[in-house]
Amino acid sequence: MPTRGRVIACVDQQAVVRTDQFDLTITNPPRAWRPGQLVEIETSNVVRDYAGDYPEPGCEVMRMPRTRMQRLRARAAALAAVRAFFAERGFLEVETPLLVPSPGLEIHLDAVRAGEGWLITSPEYQMKRLLAAGCEKIYQVCKCFRAGERGAHHTSEFTMIEWYRAYADLDAIVADTEQLVHAVCGDKARVGGREIDVTPPWSRMTVRDAMTQWAGVHVDGGESAAELVRAVRAAGIDVADDTAWDDAFFAAFLARVEPAIAKLDRALILEEWPAPLAALARRKDASTALRFEAYVGGIELANAFDELTDPNEQRARFAHDQEIRAARRRPVYPIDEKLLAALREGLPPSAGIALGFDRLVMLATGADAITQVQSFSADEL
Amino acid sequence: MYDTSDIRKGLKVLMDGNPYTVIEFQFVKPGKGAAFTRTKFKNLLTGAVVERNIRSGEKLEPANVETRDMQFLYKEANDLVFMDQSNYEQVTISKDLIGDAHDLMKDNLPCTVVFFNERPVDVTLPTFVFLEVTASEPGVRGDTSGNVTKPATVETGAEVQVPLFIRVGDTIKIDTRTHGYVERVNK
Repeated sequence: MPTRGRVIACVDQQAVVRTDQFDLTITNPPRAWRPGQLVEIETSNVVRDYAGDYPEPGCEVMRMPRTRMQRLRARAAALAAVRAFFAERGFLEVETPLLVPSPGLEIHLDAVRAGEGWLITSPEYQMKRLLAAGCEKIYQVCKCFRAGERGAHHTSEFTMIEWYRAYADLDAIVADTEQLVHAVCGDKARVGGREIDVTPPWSRMTVRDAMTQWAGVHVDGGESAAELVRAVRAAGIDVADDTAWDDAFFAAFLARVEPAIAKLDRALILEEWPAPLAALARRKDASTALRFEAYVGGIELANAFDELTDPNEQRARFAHDQEIRAARRRPVYPIDEKLLAALREGLPPSAGIALGFDRLVMLATGADAITQVQSFSADEL
Repeated sequence: MYDTSDIRKGLKVLMDGNPYTVIEFQFVKPGKGAAFTRTKFKNLLTGAVVERNIRSGEKLEPANVETRDMQFLYKEANDLVFMDQSNYEQVTISKDLIGDAHDLMKDNLPCTVVFFNERPVDVTLPTFVFLEVTASEPGVRGDTSGNVTKPATVETGAEVQVPLFIRVGDTIKIDTRTHGYVERVNK
């Protein structure tokens, strides 16, 4: 994404460019750049925010609006706010292992290998075992690892806030989410220079309504992949004949729905996902899963499930995911038998959510790349 | 074949028989969906921009596109002749491909020529050229306020609107994208 800014210093092979939110150091800037000039820069060219003294005397310098140090302080303050939020509500903070023998079996997530095991893609399996063992309200802030993810909102290593409530449904998790984001960001979250209203309660919309309204695609959840492909094509979105159900869905979602959500000036709970996208959520009926995602200004902030508690259904879904992973030539991870054993012993009806902490800090600070709220990016290591 | 991890700015790919160059790209991945690269391509023949979400695992066909630095030699009726200075190869390119800027081209002007399947499809001129004014009526004295301009003919035969103070023999800087006068150059 290009960002506009003004060159405030040009020295050696570096230039400092001030955008409306950040001071950025650009290495090897175009030769023609001169202080005072308005320029467009690609976020991918940005290596780090400028934290030192201005090197060129005589150039007009205002105080930096935000430096790396200030960003780190904002991150620490957000983390303290998160912990205070859960402590006030009587949640127990837990830590579960990052190195596990069976990482998440989701079709579209690849784990990072570590020794004999893998690093977690999310702490959900072990946290559910704690629910089955009798914990009722638990939360965790931990690192998660997802191979190959890198973009404005993605890094391979990132921080997740995950929390669960036993004997509660998704409405309780929606309320937690709204209040947590409000506690960290205030009334307005900031995304790419815009302000998004995050005062509770947020807007709510079902996935089917969003797909009908913005993509012109009617999604049932019970249709075949071929039927969905035809509907997506009829809406003018190009997908191949042999596209899988989920890929056809996301082709339409990314082309039309996500850009429409990004334009909203209020946070959105997108709920009632079609059954093929149930993941680890319980089904409300044959075609609908009890799952929601929280979006703030186009940033996908969190994903929540009314947790699947049926061990047989869970085993069937794991086996199905393994088959698809094998068919798509992606690594096939072993089924977590200890999680299934915990479900057999009895997981109380529970609801839980995973919320990206780095993305939350982005919303609190107005950063437009996830690496701007982390101490070091992968490129700096 | 390229896959999505090869996508970067300037990558040349073939889609529906047309050559495209990547002008912008972004990694997007719904939490429970596949990763896509949201990519903007520019058609090298028409200049039209299209956006496509390319799923990880999809392949892109490389386009046989080559960019060469060439020097403009001379005009020949409706054609312009260029030379590759590295091997002295000469290429004849239709005036239409260059558009309005063709009359700003002076001998030896360095240009960038894009070839698709060994055929020239696009010529990029330097953003600015410096040309001498060969004919222009003197400006009327006293009428120098505001944006008053007059026509001037430059050495290549092009006509450019210039401020009243410009005289025959002056060298002026012209923007080849807009055909517009930029400034007088002091010798």
